[in-house]
Amino acid sequence: MLAFFLRRVAVAIPTLLLISVFVFALQKLLPGDPLLVLAGEERDPEVLEFLREKYRLNDPIPVQYLTWVGNALQGDLGTSFRTNQPVTELIAQKLPVTLQLALMSLIFAVLIGIPAGILSAYRKGTITDYVANVVALSGLSIPNFWLGIMLILLVSVKWQLLPASGYVPPGDDFWLSMKTMLMPAFVLGTALAATLMRHTRSAMLGVLTSDYVRTARAKGLSERKVVLKHAFRNALTPIVTLTALLFGELIAGAVLTEQIFTIPGFGKLVVDAVFNRDYAVVQGIVLVTAVGFIVMNLLADMAYFLLNPRLRAA
Amino acid sequence: MKHLTLTTAALALMATGAMAQDLRIALQSDADILDPDQSRTFVGRIVYASLCDKLVDITPDLEIIPQLATEWTVADDGLSIDMTVREGVVFHDGTTFDAQAVADNITRSQTLEESRRKSELSSIESVDVTGDYTLTLNLTGPDATVMAQLADRAGMMMSPTAAAEAGVDFGLNPVCSGPFSFGERVAQDRIVLNKFDDYWNADAINFDTVTFLPIPDTTVRLANLQSGDIHILERLAPTDLAQAEADEGFNVVSAVSLGYQGITFNVGNGENGDDPFGSDPRLRQAFSYAMDREAINQVVFEGAYAPGNQSFPPTSPWYNADYPIEGRDVEKAKALLAEAGYPDGIDLVVQVPNTTIPLQLMQVVQSMAAEAGIRVEIVSKEFATLLSDQSAGDFYASQIGWSGRVDPDGNIHQFMTTDGGINDSGYSNPDVDEALNAARSQADMAARKAQYDAARAILSTDLPIVYLYHQSWITALDADIEGFTPYPDGMIRLEGVSLTE
Repeated sequence: MLAFFLRRVAVAIPTLLLISVFVFALQKLLPGDPLLVLAGEERDPEVLEFLREKYRLNDPIPVQYLTWVGNALQGDLGTSFRTNQPVTELIAQKLPVTLQLALMSLIFAVLIGIPAGILSAYRKGTITDYVANVVALSGLSIPNFWLGIMLILLVSVKWQLLPASGYVPPGDDFWLSMKTMLMPAFVLGTALAATLMRHTRSAMLGVLTSDYVRTARAKGLSERKVVLKHAFRNALTPIVTLTALLFGELIAGAVLTEQIFTIPGFGKLVVDAVFNRDYAVVQGIVLVTAVGFIVMNLLADMAYFLLNPRLRAA
Repeated sequence: MKHLTLTTAALALMATGAMAQDLRIALQSDADILDPDQSRTFVGRIVYASLCDKLVDITPDLEIIPQLATEWTVADDGLSIDMTVREGVVFHDGTTFDAQAVADNITRSQTLEESRRKSELSSIESVDVTGDYTLTLNLTGPDATVMAQLADRAGMMMSPTAAAEAGVDFGLNPVCSGPFSFGERVAQDRIVLNKFDDYWNADAINFDTVTFLPIPDTTVRLANLQSGDIHILERLAPTDLAQAEADEGFNVVSAVSLGYQGITFNVGNGENGDDPFGSDPRLRQAFSYAMDREAINQVVFEGAYAPGNQSFPPTSPWYNADYPIEGRDVEKAKALLAEAGYPDGIDLVVQVPNTTIPLQLMQVVQSMAAEAGIRVEIVSKEFATLLSDQSAGDFYASQIGWSGRVDPDGNIHQFMTTDGGINDSGYSNPDVDEALNAARSQADMAARKAQYDAARAILSTDLPIVYLYHQSWITALDADIEGFTPYPDGMIRLEGVSLTE
């Protein structure tokens, strides 16, 4: 298992390098001069030239990239054009916010998606199955931004139950933090729940018709035990992979959700950074997200070992 | 038990929260760096209105009035300004404000490499500190715009102690002398300011803290006001106006801005300026005649803005009444096209920022122009791209505006003079240069206006920019907010504003 782990980490390094080259190149391909916006409405040529020198934008692009890699290896991801804050500090500020959103969304997704998937597989072809499928399809089709705004108008404006937008750190006021994050997490969670439900359903359908399930039933085990212990446990492997892959979707969904609910997280940071051509910030976020994605995949692979005794033996 | 303690603590916090008055203001976007010398965003200036006092301020009618400077006299030759500053003012860090502090601030604005204020203060040659509270600004030449510059970021006073210590990082913890001091900032989330007890005019301030919350989405911003999460909302979308006015829970006030919006034509910025629209003013006139400015205001902005045809809004004392906004005249537009040699119509490519309002505006403009035979092709670009293409001359026409300045010079000189810093249209006319340069050095308002009028007479025919409308700053307030006055500069001034509950 250790060898497997080390091999995976070794493969991750070139992946990260490739991603960083790719993102750097993409940013440079974007039209538009970030400093023209940055220099202020008057666009004083002297200030422009100074800023170009300061942020080394006069260097050839490969040199700019190598400078960035050199600094990044020493833990310095540069400073934001816009606020002069170090990128590492910005990321440290925003990452917990998005993680809280992602975690709460994932809880929603798992709590709704998996039971619904099991139920609709078990009751395949019945009205329960159809209803669950229609709900899942709606979850996939309703755009986040629409659902978000509708919820704000209903829950915050009409009923005045939850704050309309914003963010409160859990350390400041735990319950208010939960309340503020509830709607965004629900909005982001429902879309994922739908994906999760569909996959749980198909994984369960495959398992429920297998021989050992029939055997388990023949042994006289309760339906509950058959479905949850014997069938579900075997269906779990693909679901775990999917949940890990959903992490990517979560971050992507967080971009939109954070815009609607004005949550100062990663997604909002990256959107604003792209619009402002805040190169260092975009680059830093992509790097951290890529690392996160790789780690999640690694964790999913590790989880197989725990879930599947056959892999442990091998 | 632990749980109970936590709950008690939370309750105690909530109780103090209710007693201390916190004013919550929603901004359309997040401010940039909070250093008056380095910053460039509109919302940043809204924060400064509570954080940093300026040498002078303006009235809603754009008169310049004392703030930290109590008196000033311009010398007869226009080459210097004697100024007396307020006594008994301290910065948030306890440093005393005096004439030397003013000199230090002007030096910083002029010499800090990152400073965006250099061009605004370029006419100040040196500052002589003549007493503890008196000083003289020596000018390079007569300049009527100096005092107006000091009514904005260039005139904001930062603690010289803090500025020297923090250098270029001043914006991370700004120290000024305004009614509120800097509390904390979480980028893209909030900026919190605390009441400054030693403020010279502290009696006029009725809040213990002010929290600025950037909320970009207009619907969500309004929802926050409706749910009571915020008290003041800046820049209500015109489309939400009817709904907001019908709601008894809040009030809506507005003031026509100092800026303008329109179509900038490339008349001489590189090769693109040689296209038909760039070389024949009759085509631009035809375009202008094809526009129904009142209809644009009604259709796109629910009538909330002000139609316009000059660098200054019709409400401005600098507006030239000899060139009023003319009604739409499609026949005249067609005649002008025919005269210019395009009886069958002509194509025009216009670049436009890829956001909702400019695109809606351009679609209306497109259909109006089409009726006169001008086939507009809309090319939408993300703002940073639009700006760099415009600056490089890589455009034929561009839908862009200007946020506006208190002094008329700031709305016209840099765009219309041959060497103007942001003359993206590449316009050049010696008579206009002469009039606009002369207007800069005239102290007398009537004499200045005569120069602007002379320039307008030429510009109204040449039309390097076809002006369309002037935005209004629409502010929505919780019904319990009292004493708020809207200003043409869009700033939120909290002196005398209170929250009754």
